[in-house]
Amino acid sequence: MLAKRIIPCLDCDLAVPQGRVVKGVEFKKIRYAGVPWELASRYYREGADEIVFLDITASSDRRETMYNVIRKTAENVFVPLAVGGGIKSLEDVRGVFVAGADKVTVNTTALKRPEVISEIAGEYGSQACVVAIDAKRRDAPSEGRITVPTPQGESWFEASFYGGREFSGVDALAWAMEAEALGAGEILLTSMDRDGTYDGFDIPLTQAVSDRVRIPVIASGGCGSPDDIFEVFSRTGASAALAASIFHYNEWGVDAVKRYLAEKGVHVRI
Amino acid sequence: MPIAVVDYGVGNLFSIYNALDQIGAVPKLARDPEEIGSFDGIVVPGVGSFGRCMRRLYRFEPALRRVLEEGTPILGICVGMQVLFEGSEESPEEGLGWIAGRVVRLPASVLVPQIGWNTLSIRREMEILEGISDDDFFYFVHSYHCVPADPSVVAATTEYGLEVAAAISEENLFAVQFHPEKSGEKGLSILRNFVRLSRC
Repeated sequence: MLAKRIIPCLDCDLAVPQGRVVKGVEFKKIRYAGVPWELASRYYREGADEIVFLDITASSDRRETMYNVIRKTAENVFVPLAVGGGIKSLEDVRGVFVAGADKVTVNTTALKRPEVISEIAGEYGSQACVVAIDAKRRDAPSEGRITVPTPQGESWFEASFYGGREFSGVDALAWAMEAEALGAGEILLTSMDRDGTYDGFDIPLTQAVSDRVRIPVIASGGCGSPDDIFEVFSRTGASAALAASIFHYNEWGVDAVKRYLAEKGVHVRI
Repeated sequence: MPIAVVDYGVGNLFSIYNALDQIGAVPKLARDPEEIGSFDGIVVPGVGSFGRCMRRLYRFEPALRRVLEEGTPILGICVGMQVLFEGSEESPEEGLGWIAGRVVRLPASVLVPQIGWNTLSIRREMEILEGISDDDFFYFVHSYHCVPADPSVVAATTEYGLEVAAAISEENLFAVQFHPEKSGEKGLSILRNFVRLSRC
């Protein structure tokens, strides 16, 4: 039986020579967490099912730094590596694959030019193309939106781009379905309202997306405890849970989280 | 002892290269069919679509067939397993046809692609699965799966909507649907078994 995946996410600031892992709260208030490949290696040894690197600086002149981070990580981490942030072209995709990544995540580029999803899937296969959606809850009614019941009433979700700095106007639920149709292999779904808050995953959002697509959904944003992961797996169709803060600051090891989930009956790889 | 990783222009060979290097094998990327003859073992990787892989693999076919007949162990991984079959629902191109059977899409009852860690049901002994048990997880990423005409080639299956062939072997030809190079320490064990076999 396919196991639920636990994925540590490393947001990388590449403005320093070797890069560093940082973590923000609701995409702001950045805090330093460690050296990218050292953290990745620790998570691998603890049993991480996959590692995600996101270049939050997303600037093309720092691309070499990201390649170096991937190369150093891939030397002793033998689980899949997904890399995102600033991927603009097939050339960028090739670069991260040559460095040792297995998947890319695209957000801004895909929103601006959706065909890039088909291009990546055509060249490297759907499994190599993860579409990242940063979703912001909107409670004010808006014509033509897909709404879902939330504690705030009937809400819709707006997809954000440029690392949460701008809003696209695109309905995140409709976009998830379109991304699937274009050939995305997975959806990495981040709740901007929950990101870094430790308040738990956004269940209505995660459920709404996983109900609408037939590809795996990775739930992200808000994980503050193993119980939050248990909740998102028991209440939604998410295939994987992504977390950053609880792993970075040694509050929980990946192994401890998995043991907790296994005791509660979640099928995880131990 | 050198192990060739057939570099026919698809996907990321860095992972398999690194994994072989990590376990003490001497991996070499073989970019030309002429290079294939001088290795103790051959790894045929594969990502992306069946047709795209086959179009680029055709020129290696005679060289690969020759070393297979000479008894060199060959390991196909993921689409590198699927190309050993006669053909696939995914693309019109013909496969290598070394194993009778076809490649079909995963059933609509499950999320496709299968992405993630799954366990094996080991059906019979297979050299490269030595030390592996039904409790061990391996990383799968695929939308299509192999259906051999002769079920006895299947050494292990995995459950995903139906019983999917996860590992097959026929004499010195081995193949796995999952990615041993991305399956943690247990995956490295499988590669170690393959390398040991290559040295015999």
